[in-house]
Amino acid sequence: MSAVLPEFGYSPSLESTAPLQILERYGLFIGGEWIQPAAGGSFATVNPATEEVLAKVAFADATDVDRAVRAARRGYEKYWRKLRPAERAKYIFRIARALTERSRELAVLETLDGGKPIRESRDFDVPQASAHFFYHAGWADKLAWALAGPERVHPLGVVGAIVPWNFPLLIAAWKLAPALACGNTVVLKPAETTPLTALLLAEICAEAELPPGVVNVITGDGRTGAALVEHGGLDKISFTGSTEVGKAIRRETAGKPLRLSLELGGKSALIVYEDAALDQAVEGIVEAIYFNQGHVCCAGSRLLVAESVYEDVVERLRARIATLRHGNPLDKNTDIGAINSRAQRDKIRELVTSGVEEGATLIQASCAFPERGFWFPASFFTNVQPSYRIAREEIFGPVLSVMSFRTPDEAIERANNLPYGLSAGVWSGSGALAMYTAARLAAGVVWCNTFNRFDPSSPFGGYKESGFGREGGLLGLREYLS
Amino acid sequence: MICAPARVDAVMLEARAAALAKRSIKGASKRAGIDLLVSCMDLTTLEGRDSPGRVRALCARAIRPGFAVPSVAAVCLYPSLVSVAREALAGSSVKVASVASAFPSGLAPLEIKVAETLAAVAAGADEIDMVIDRGAFLAGEGARVRAEIVAVRRACDGATLKVILEVGELGSYTTVRRACDLALDAGADFIKTSTGKIASSSTPAVALLMCEAIRDYAARTGRAAGLKLAGGIRTTKGALGYLAIVNETLGTAWLHASRFRIGASSLLDDLLMQLEKERSGAYAGPAYVASA
Repeated sequence: MSAVLPEFGYSPSLESTAPLQILERYGLFIGGEWIQPAAGGSFATVNPATEEVLAKVAFADATDVDRAVRAARRGYEKYWRKLRPAERAKYIFRIARALTERSRELAVLETLDGGKPIRESRDFDVPQASAHFFYHAGWADKLAWALAGPERVHPLGVVGAIVPWNFPLLIAAWKLAPALACGNTVVLKPAETTPLTALLLAEICAEAELPPGVVNVITGDGRTGAALVEHGGLDKISFTGSTEVGKAIRRETAGKPLRLSLELGGKSALIVYEDAALDQAVEGIVEAIYFNQGHVCCAGSRLLVAESVYEDVVERLRARIATLRHGNPLDKNTDIGAINSRAQRDKIRELVTSGVEEGATLIQASCAFPERGFWFPASFFTNVQPSYRIAREEIFGPVLSVMSFRTPDEAIERANNLPYGLSAGVWSGSGALAMYTAARLAAGVVWCNTFNRFDPSSPFGGYKESGFGREGGLLGLREYLS
Repeated sequence: MICAPARVDAVMLEARAAALAKRSIKGASKRAGIDLLVSCMDLTTLEGRDSPGRVRALCARAIRPGFAVPSVAAVCLYPSLVSVAREALAGSSVKVASVASAFPSGLAPLEIKVAETLAAVAAGADEIDMVIDRGAFLAGEGARVRAEIVAVRRACDGATLKVILEVGELGSYTTVRRACDLALDAGADFIKTSTGKIASSSTPAVALLMCEAIRDYAARTGRAAGLKLAGGIRTTKGALGYLAIVNETLGTAWLHASRFRIGASSLLDDLLMQLEKERSGAYAGPAYVASA
């Protein structure tokens, strides 16, 4: 019997949105209650894969910011600072467990609101967010040993946490978990294009019966963030976002009695030596630049390849990006989802156009996209000069610039020759060469023969214009203690 | 421009293989995948107690594994049973594959390996599954291993040659990659993971790296060699994961019995049960599948 076989391919395999209930309208979470904004303003948050409105979200103005900061202060004075650390830990464990229990809902919501593939929100964002709460819950009653040795440590007070749109829930967890464990209360401001998981997190905090005012969530755009920064009632600001805004925050807060940590942009370098395992280096490169559509502050967006294997690596990379599956972020087999917003898609297009105009060769995965939604295919440039904009400016999209080098010292010098320094990647079969290189790279984290490995116990942060302060681990705790 | 890479690194190899093995293959694609797996199967019996009766039962099942299911690609057995299978499979599309060259250890003089291959082919084998001498390969005697493959290749006289690397005995991914490159250069039509006689055999990571070797070899020489996975693949879910690895590393041109085989004895039962579940919506269980 020799029947003609149907061609093998992957049928659509969509994650169900059934367990998730999105409200039509969301208020502000202040003082343990859902309240309407003073001026009654609101804005829409859309699904970037379809451009459909998901919900109307309250717009917090300066009055609302003031209410949130006052509520956080009351929560701090009245409850949180007085609570025994072991009791604080119980609340944080409760949040961690709730994140795990509601992981499906959170993953689907993160994907709907932000456009990232469900595979990533399900396997990375949500489990990592939960892991940060578990890790820091354990620290809450051991903080005396967090710094030099057994000594008295104190919380700072009220923390303003401003998070970006690329990892909305995860970066909120990066800030909330250590802040709460150290005894601080928080006003959290999610990004305007991705407010929904922060609001679900607020609901989880309420269900965990966190005392009123310990966690407050206010939604809005850059004006809301600016009002929070200018408020004057904060003891600490922790900001993750663009270098431009980071600089503005630093100017605004200069000379004021508050602590500041900034986690900003990057243009991280990937170095592939000729003795590297080339197929695995290519996997590392794909992970470095195409993870989350390249919307990653530590994305490896400059690839430096040893001249002797340059052509080989380019060929392997070209073949590899052709296999990336672009499309519906809710499909479990999607590798590259939607670009987070129209503005970001336009910015990527503008920089890619500049690369072509400056003389670089563009290589792109060819794929058909739906008419609606914001999309950009996995891309890389060859024939890139280090002075081109695409080799110096953060694109924050799935676009890589590939260059070659001859000697390790040349690779290191070129990797460091930018005002950024968030991460770097090194691929080599020689441990000695990898260590030689890593020790000379001015980057907050250097991954060797892998990329994008995260753990709550491992500090993350930048050099130079990529910011200062660390998140995660012992170094991360210092940011929230005095 | 694609060269054979100096080494293979475990971390990203295993990460990529795990990601591919987790592809969600459901509904129509699962049914197509099961049909494909059956049609690429080398239904195997390699036991000391094999008998002509057992081989005839296996052959009947190979021709018609179940209702509206394609025949398998081949049956795979010891040389002395080739003539039985040849007769039982007469008129069908199912090929006869014979192990040879002192299976499973590969530890015999070359003359004996060649003689065994000649005998199997003379008895009617369409395909020869040979083993490499792992001891010689690990001792650095690559040239000798290569010469043996070339000699057996000549003895095949047109029969398809599958070269078993026994990856579980090679110790590292880099070594497996070197063995793949050597076997392909020596003229293997297929490279095959394992004899199925040792505990550690096919894994997603090994399958991925063998696909990469075949892909690079095809880019370098233009010759498309095949992959045979054998040993330890017992579930439909696991087998579909391997299909995803081949699909995304070598492409759909490799999703055919001429370039992809899966050697197994118990996998067929699970494939048929899963297929019945897809068709009827209910899982009936092993009593409803005629295992040979």
